[in-house]
Amino acid sequence: MYIIVIGGGRVGYYLSRALLAEGHEVLILEKDARVCQGIADELGSVCLRGDGCEVATLIEAGTERADMLIAVTGDDADNLIACQLAKHQFKVSRTISRISNPRNEALFRKLGVDVTVSATNIILENIEIEVPTHPLTHLLTLASRGLEIIEVKIPPTSSAAGKTLGMLSLPPDSVLSLVLRRGVQPFVPDGNTIFQPGDEVIAVTRPESEEAIRIALRGS
Amino acid sequence: MNVVIMGCGRVGAQLAGMLDANGHRVTVLDLDSYSFRRLPSGYRGTALIGNGLDEEHLKRAGIEEADVFVAVTQGDNRNLMACQIARHNFNVKKVICRIYDPLRQELYATLGIESVSSTTVVAELLKTKIEG
Repeated sequence: MYIIVIGGGRVGYYLSRALLAEGHEVLILEKDARVCQGIADELGSVCLRGDGCEVATLIEAGTERADMLIAVTGDDADNLIACQLAKHQFKVSRTISRISNPRNEALFRKLGVDVTVSATNIILENIEIEVPTHPLTHLLTLASRGLEIIEVKIPPTSSAAGKTLGMLSLPPDSVLSLVLRRGVQPFVPDGNTIFQPGDEVIAVTRPESEEAIRIALRGS
Repeated sequence: MNVVIMGCGRVGAQLAGMLDANGHRVTVLDLDSYSFRRLPSGYRGTALIGNGLDEEHLKRAGIEEADVFVAVTQGDNRNLMACQIARHNFNVKKVICRIYDPLRQELYATLGIESVSSTTVVAELLKTKIEG
Protein backbone atom coordinates (compact mmCIF):
# COMPACT_ATOMS: atom_id res chain seq x y z
CA MET A 1 0.00 0.00 0.00
CA TYR A 2 1.06 3.59 -0.55
CA ILE A 3 0.62 5.42 2.76
CA ILE A 4 1.19 9.13 3.36
CA VAL A 5 2.04 10.18 6.90
CA ILE A 6 1.53 13.82 7.87
CA GLY A 7 3.93 14.96 10.58
CA GLY A 8 7.45 13.63 11.21
CA GLY A 9 7.52 13.94 14.99
CA ARG A 10 8.04 10.98 17.27
CA VAL A 11 4.68 9.41 16.42
CA GLY A 12 5.18 9.95 12.69
CA TYR A 13 8.71 8.57 12.79
CA TYR A 14 7.95 5.37 14.68
CA LEU A 15 4.73 4.80 12.75
CA SER A 16 6.55 5.16 9.43
CA ARG A 17 9.35 2.86 10.56
CA ALA A 18 6.78 0.19 11.44
CA LEU A 19 4.90 0.63 8.16
CA LEU A 20 8.13 0.44 6.16
CA ALA A 21 9.09 -2.75 8.01
CA GLU A 22 5.77 -4.24 6.92
CA GLY A 23 6.75 -3.55 3.33
CA HIS A 24 4.50 -0.55 2.61
CA GLU A 25 5.48 2.40 0.49
CA VAL A 26 5.56 5.34 2.91
CA LEU A 27 6.04 9.06 2.44
CA ILE A 28 6.24 11.45 5.40
CA LEU A 29 5.31 15.11 4.90
CA GLU A 30 7.08 17.33 7.42
CA LYS A 31 7.30 21.14 7.52
CA ASP A 32 10.57 21.39 9.42
CA ALA A 33 13.63 20.89 7.17
CA ARG A 34 15.86 19.73 10.03
CA VAL A 35 13.36 17.12 11.23
CA CYS A 36 13.01 15.99 7.62
CA GLN A 37 16.78 15.60 7.27
CA GLY A 38 16.92 13.60 10.50
CA ILE A 39 14.32 11.17 9.18
CA ALA A 40 16.13 10.88 5.83
CA ASP A 41 19.35 9.99 7.69
CA GLU A 42 17.64 7.22 9.61
CA LEU A 43 15.02 5.80 7.24
CA GLY A 44 16.26 6.82 3.79
CA SER A 45 14.54 9.15 1.39
CA VAL A 46 10.99 8.77 2.69
CA CYS A 47 10.43 12.35 3.85
CA LEU A 48 9.24 15.25 1.75
CA ARG A 49 9.59 18.70 3.22
CA GLY A 50 6.30 20.52 3.01
CA ASP A 51 2.96 21.34 4.57
CA GLY A 52 0.60 18.37 4.41
CA CYS A 53 -2.34 20.78 4.53
CA GLU A 54 -1.28 22.48 1.31
CA VAL A 55 -2.69 21.24 -1.96
CA ALA A 56 0.58 21.85 -3.82
CA THR A 57 2.50 19.61 -1.40
CA LEU A 58 -0.12 16.88 -1.57
CA ILE A 59 0.02 16.96 -5.39
CA GLU A 60 3.80 16.64 -5.26
CA ALA A 61 3.43 13.69 -2.91
CA GLY A 62 1.21 11.90 -5.42
CA THR A 63 -1.70 11.81 -3.02
CA GLU A 64 -4.19 10.82 -5.71
CA ARG A 65 -2.65 7.34 -5.82
CA ALA A 66 -2.36 6.97 -2.03
CA ASP A 67 -4.35 4.18 -0.38
CA MET A 68 -4.26 5.78 3.03
CA LEU A 69 -3.36 9.06 4.71
CA ILE A 70 -2.48 9.17 8.39
CA ALA A 71 -2.24 12.59 10.07
CA VAL A 72 -0.25 12.49 13.31
CA THR A 73 0.84 16.07 13.97
CA GLY A 74 0.25 17.47 17.44
CA ASP A 75 -2.31 19.95 16.11
CA ASP A 76 -5.89 18.74 15.79
CA ALA A 77 -6.91 21.37 13.22
CA ASP A 78 -3.96 20.49 10.97
CA ASN A 79 -4.78 16.79 11.20
CA LEU A 80 -8.44 17.38 10.37
CA ILE A 81 -7.76 19.52 7.32
CA ALA A 82 -5.09 17.16 5.97
CA CYS A 83 -7.58 14.28 6.21
CA GLN A 84 -10.39 16.29 4.63
CA LEU A 85 -8.17 17.43 1.76
CA ALA A 86 -7.07 13.84 1.15
CA LYS A 87 -10.64 12.60 1.27
CA HIS A 88 -12.42 15.25 -0.77
CA GLN A 89 -9.81 16.58 -3.13
CA PHE A 90 -7.70 13.47 -3.72
CA LYS A 91 -10.28 10.72 -3.09
CA VAL A 92 -8.07 8.84 -0.66
CA SER A 93 -10.25 6.00 0.57
CA ARG A 94 -9.00 5.78 4.16
CA THR A 95 -7.94 8.61 6.44
CA ILE A 96 -6.75 8.27 10.02
CA SER A 97 -6.23 11.16 12.39
CA ARG A 98 -4.47 11.48 15.71
CA ILE A 99 -6.46 13.62 18.15
CA SER A 100 -5.08 15.45 21.16
CA ASN A 101 -8.32 16.83 22.54
CA PRO A 102 -10.72 13.90 23.17
CA ARG A 103 -13.63 16.29 22.69
CA ASN A 104 -12.84 16.46 18.98
CA GLU A 105 -13.45 12.77 18.40
CA ALA A 106 -17.14 13.01 17.54
CA LEU A 107 -16.60 16.10 15.40
CA PHE A 108 -13.88 14.46 13.31
CA ARG A 109 -16.06 11.41 12.63
CA LYS A 110 -18.95 13.65 11.66
CA LEU A 111 -16.67 15.53 9.27
CA GLY A 112 -15.59 12.42 7.43
CA VAL A 113 -12.36 11.25 9.06
CA ASP A 114 -12.53 7.44 8.93
CA VAL A 115 -10.60 6.60 12.08
CA THR A 116 -9.58 8.74 15.03
CA VAL A 117 -6.99 7.83 17.62
CA SER A 118 -7.10 9.84 20.80
CA ALA A 119 -3.70 9.70 22.44
CA THR A 120 -5.07 11.34 25.58
CA ASN A 121 -7.76 8.68 26.01
CA ILE A 122 -5.31 5.84 25.43
CA ILE A 123 -2.98 7.19 28.10
CA LEU A 124 -5.88 7.64 30.54
CA GLU A 125 -7.12 4.09 29.92
CA ASN A 126 -3.67 2.61 30.48
CA ILE A 127 -3.21 4.53 33.70
CA GLU A 128 -6.66 3.45 34.93
CA ILE A 129 -5.65 -0.19 34.49
CA GLU A 130 -2.53 0.39 36.58
CA VAL A 131 -4.43 2.00 39.45
CA PRO A 132 -5.65 -1.04 41.42
CA THR A 133 -8.34 0.72 43.41
CA HIS A 134 -10.03 2.15 40.36
CA PRO A 135 -13.67 0.98 40.48
CA LEU A 136 -14.21 0.83 36.73
CA THR A 137 -11.67 0.17 34.01
CA HIS A 138 -12.16 0.82 30.31
CA LEU A 139 -10.76 -2.15 28.45
CA LEU A 140 -11.78 -1.41 24.89
CA THR A 141 -13.89 1.08 22.96
CA LEU A 142 -15.78 -0.10 19.88
CA ALA A 143 -16.37 3.40 18.58
CA SER A 144 -18.06 2.44 15.31
CA ARG A 145 -20.81 0.65 17.27
CA GLY A 146 -20.95 3.08 20.17
CA LEU A 147 -20.04 0.29 22.60
CA GLU A 148 -17.33 -0.20 25.17
CA ILE A 149 -16.02 -3.10 27.20
CA ILE A 150 -15.42 -2.33 30.85
CA GLU A 151 -14.31 -4.16 33.96
CA VAL A 152 -15.95 -3.57 37.34
CA LYS A 153 -14.70 -5.04 40.62
CA ILE A 154 -17.28 -5.94 43.23
CA PRO A 155 -16.20 -4.68 46.66
CA PRO A 156 -17.29 -6.32 49.96
CA THR A 157 -19.47 -3.30 50.68
CA SER A 158 -21.40 -3.68 47.45
CA SER A 159 -25.13 -4.31 47.58
CA ALA A 160 -24.63 -6.67 44.61
CA ALA A 161 -22.52 -9.10 46.66
CA GLY A 162 -24.64 -12.15 47.52
CA LYS A 163 -27.27 -11.30 44.93
CA THR A 164 -27.97 -13.14 41.70
CA LEU A 165 -27.59 -11.52 38.33
CA GLY A 166 -31.39 -11.68 37.98
CA MET A 167 -31.84 -9.53 41.07
CA LEU A 168 -29.72 -6.66 39.79
CA SER A 169 -31.28 -3.79 37.91
CA LEU A 170 -28.97 -3.32 34.95
CA PRO A 171 -29.42 -0.88 32.09
CA PRO A 172 -31.13 -2.66 29.16
CA ASP A 173 -28.37 -1.94 26.64
CA SER A 174 -25.68 -3.66 28.71
CA VAL A 175 -24.50 -7.26 28.93
CA LEU A 176 -22.42 -8.79 31.72
CA SER A 177 -20.33 -11.15 29.66
CA LEU A 178 -17.69 -12.67 31.92
CA VAL A 179 -16.94 -13.12 35.61
CA LEU A 180 -13.34 -13.49 36.80
CA ARG A 181 -13.32 -15.13 40.24
CA ARG A 182 -10.30 -16.17 42.26
CA GLY A 183 -9.70 -19.92 42.15
CA VAL A 184 -12.13 -20.82 39.36
CA GLN A 185 -12.10 -20.65 35.59
CA PRO A 186 -13.57 -17.42 34.16
CA PHE A 187 -17.24 -18.07 33.42
CA VAL A 188 -20.19 -16.50 31.67
CA PRO A 189 -22.79 -15.44 34.25
CA ASP A 190 -26.43 -16.45 33.93
CA GLY A 191 -29.54 -15.33 35.82
CA ASN A 192 -28.67 -17.60 38.77
CA THR A 193 -25.05 -16.54 39.18
CA ILE A 194 -24.51 -15.20 42.71
CA PHE A 195 -21.92 -12.43 42.79
CA GLN A 196 -19.22 -12.51 45.44
CA PRO A 197 -17.02 -9.75 46.78
CA GLY A 198 -13.80 -9.64 44.76
CA ASP A 199 -15.46 -10.75 41.52
CA GLU A 200 -14.27 -8.89 38.47
CA VAL A 201 -17.07 -8.47 35.98
CA ILE A 202 -16.45 -7.78 32.29
CA ALA A 203 -19.37 -5.96 30.69
CA VAL A 204 -20.30 -4.68 27.25
CA THR A 205 -22.16 -1.40 27.51
CA ARG A 206 -22.74 2.03 26.06
CA PRO A 207 -20.78 4.98 27.48
CA GLU A 208 -23.99 6.61 28.74
CA SER A 209 -24.93 3.49 30.75
CA GLU A 210 -21.56 3.13 32.39
CA GLU A 211 -22.65 4.97 35.53
CA ALA A 212 -25.77 2.79 35.92
CA ILE A 213 -23.65 -0.39 35.73
CA ARG A 214 -21.22 0.98 38.26
CA ILE A 215 -24.06 1.71 40.68
CA ALA A 216 -25.69 -1.70 40.12
CA LEU A 217 -22.46 -3.60 40.81
CA ARG A 218 -20.81 -1.42 43.45
CA GLY A 219 -23.58 0.61 45.05
CA SER A 220 -23.63 4.37 44.70
CA MET B 1 -27.91 40.33 12.72
CA ASN B 2 -25.95 38.51 15.39
CA VAL B 3 -22.39 38.05 14.19
CA VAL B 4 -19.57 36.09 15.83
CA ILE B 5 -16.08 36.88 14.54
CA MET B 6 -13.17 34.57 15.40
CA GLY B 7 -9.84 36.39 15.36
CA CYS B 8 -9.30 40.03 16.24
CA GLY B 9 -6.43 40.79 13.93
CA ARG B 10 -6.48 43.76 11.56
CA VAL B 11 -9.22 42.28 9.38
CA GLY B 12 -11.29 40.95 12.27
CA ALA B 13 -11.14 44.21 14.22
CA GLN B 14 -11.97 46.37 11.23
CA LEU B 15 -14.86 44.12 10.19
CA ALA B 16 -16.20 44.12 13.77
CA GLY B 17 -16.07 47.92 13.85
CA MET B 18 -17.85 48.24 10.49
CA LEU B 19 -20.64 45.78 11.36
CA ASP B 20 -21.08 47.35 14.78
CA ALA B 21 -21.39 50.81 13.19
CA ASN B 22 -24.13 49.42 10.94
CA GLY B 23 -26.12 48.33 13.99
CA HIS B 24 -25.37 44.60 14.11
CA ARG B 25 -24.75 42.72 17.35
CA VAL B 26 -21.10 41.70 17.14
CA THR B 27 -18.95 39.45 19.33
CA VAL B 28 -15.21 39.14 18.61
CA LEU B 29 -13.32 36.14 19.93
CA ASP B 30 -9.53 36.07 20.31
CA LEU B 31 -7.02 34.06 22.33
CA ASP B 32 -5.12 37.20 23.29
CA SER B 33 -6.75 40.18 25.00
CA TYR B 34 -3.99 42.39 23.58
CA SER B 35 -5.56 41.96 20.13
CA PHE B 36 -8.63 43.88 21.26
CA ARG B 37 -6.62 47.13 21.18
CA ARG B 38 -7.25 47.10 17.43
CA LEU B 39 -11.02 47.56 17.88
CA PRO B 40 -12.15 51.11 17.02
CA SER B 41 -12.74 53.39 20.02
CA GLY B 42 -16.50 53.61 19.50
CA TYR B 43 -16.99 49.81 19.36
CA ARG B 44 -20.08 48.80 21.36
CA GLY B 45 -20.00 45.06 20.70
CA THR B 46 -18.50 42.30 22.85
CA ALA B 47 -14.85 41.31 22.95
CA LEU B 48 -14.26 37.88 24.48
CA ILE B 49 -11.06 36.00 25.25
CA GLY B 50 -11.51 32.46 23.99
CA ASN B 51 -10.67 29.71 21.55
CA GLY B 52 -12.95 29.37 18.53
CA LEU B 53 -12.20 25.64 18.39
CA ASP B 54 -13.68 25.13 21.86
CA GLU B 55 -17.44 24.62 21.84
CA GLU B 56 -17.82 26.01 25.35
CA HIS B 57 -16.10 29.23 24.33
CA LEU B 58 -18.23 29.46 21.20
CA LYS B 59 -21.38 29.07 23.31
CA ARG B 60 -20.20 31.85 25.58
CA ALA B 61 -19.71 33.98 22.49
CA GLY B 62 -23.38 33.41 21.65
CA ILE B 63 -22.91 31.06 18.70
CA GLU B 64 -26.29 29.45 19.38
CA GLU B 65 -28.06 32.70 18.50
CA ALA B 66 -25.64 33.75 15.77
CA ASP B 67 -26.84 34.40 12.21
CA VAL B 68 -23.32 34.65 10.87
CA PHE B 69 -19.96 33.16 11.87
CA VAL B 70 -16.75 34.56 10.37
CA ALA B 71 -13.28 33.03 10.89
CA VAL B 72 -10.36 35.38 10.23
CA THR B 73 -7.45 34.09 12.32
CA GLN B 74 -3.97 33.67 10.84
CA GLY B 75 -4.40 29.91 10.41
CA ASP B 76 -6.30 28.46 7.47
CA ASN B 77 -6.75 25.16 9.27
CA ARG B 78 -8.03 26.72 12.47
CA ASN B 79 -10.42 28.87 10.45
CA LEU B 80 -11.80 25.96 8.50
CA MET B 81 -12.16 23.73 11.55
CA ALA B 82 -13.98 26.46 13.49
CA CYS B 83 -16.28 27.11 10.53
CA GLN B 84 -17.19 23.44 10.36
CA ILE B 85 -17.97 23.38 14.08
CA ALA B 86 -20.21 26.43 13.59
CA ARG B 87 -21.93 24.87 10.61
CA HIS B 88 -22.35 21.26 11.76
CA ASN B 89 -22.58 21.49 15.55
CA PHE B 90 -24.38 24.82 15.90
CA ASN B 91 -26.23 25.06 12.58
CA VAL B 92 -25.19 28.65 11.94
CA LYS B 93 -26.84 29.65 8.66
CA LYS B 94 -24.04 31.72 7.18
CA VAL B 95 -20.46 30.68 7.77
CA ILE B 96 -17.60 32.52 6.10
CA CYS B 97 -13.92 31.68 6.18
CA ARG B 98 -10.89 33.77 5.25
CA ILE B 99 -8.35 31.64 3.41
CA TYR B 100 -4.74 32.20 2.35
CA ASP B 101 -4.12 29.11 0.19
CA PRO B 102 -6.33 29.69 -2.88
CA LEU B 103 -5.74 26.14 -4.15
CA ARG B 104 -7.90 24.93 -1.33
CA GLN B 105 -10.95 27.00 -2.16
CA GLU B 106 -12.55 24.06 -3.96
CA LEU B 107 -12.44 22.01 -0.77
CA TYR B 108 -14.22 24.76 1.14
CA ALA B 109 -17.04 24.74 -1.39
CA THR B 110 -17.27 20.95 -1.12
CA LEU B 111 -17.56 21.26 2.64
CA GLY B 112 -20.29 23.88 2.33
CA ILE B 113 -18.21 26.73 3.74
CA GLU B 114 -18.21 30.09 2.00
CA SER B 115 -14.71 31.46 1.66
CA VAL B 116 -12.85 34.60 0.70
CA SER B 117 -9.28 34.17 -0.46
CA SER B 118 -7.40 37.27 0.62
CA THR B 119 -4.44 36.15 -1.50
CA THR B 120 -6.48 36.11 -4.72
CA VAL B 121 -8.42 39.26 -3.92
CA VAL B 122 -5.31 41.33 -3.20
CA ALA B 123 -3.39 39.91 -6.17
CA GLU B 124 -6.23 40.77 -8.52
CA LEU B 125 -6.58 44.30 -7.13
CA LEU B 126 -2.85 44.86 -7.56
CA LYS B 127 -2.96 43.51 -11.11
CA THR B 128 -5.82 45.88 -11.97
CA LYS B 129 -3.90 48.83 -10.54
CA ILE B 130 -0.81 47.92 -12.52
CA GLU B 131 -2.55 47.24 -15.82
CA GLY B 132 -4.97 50.12 -15.32
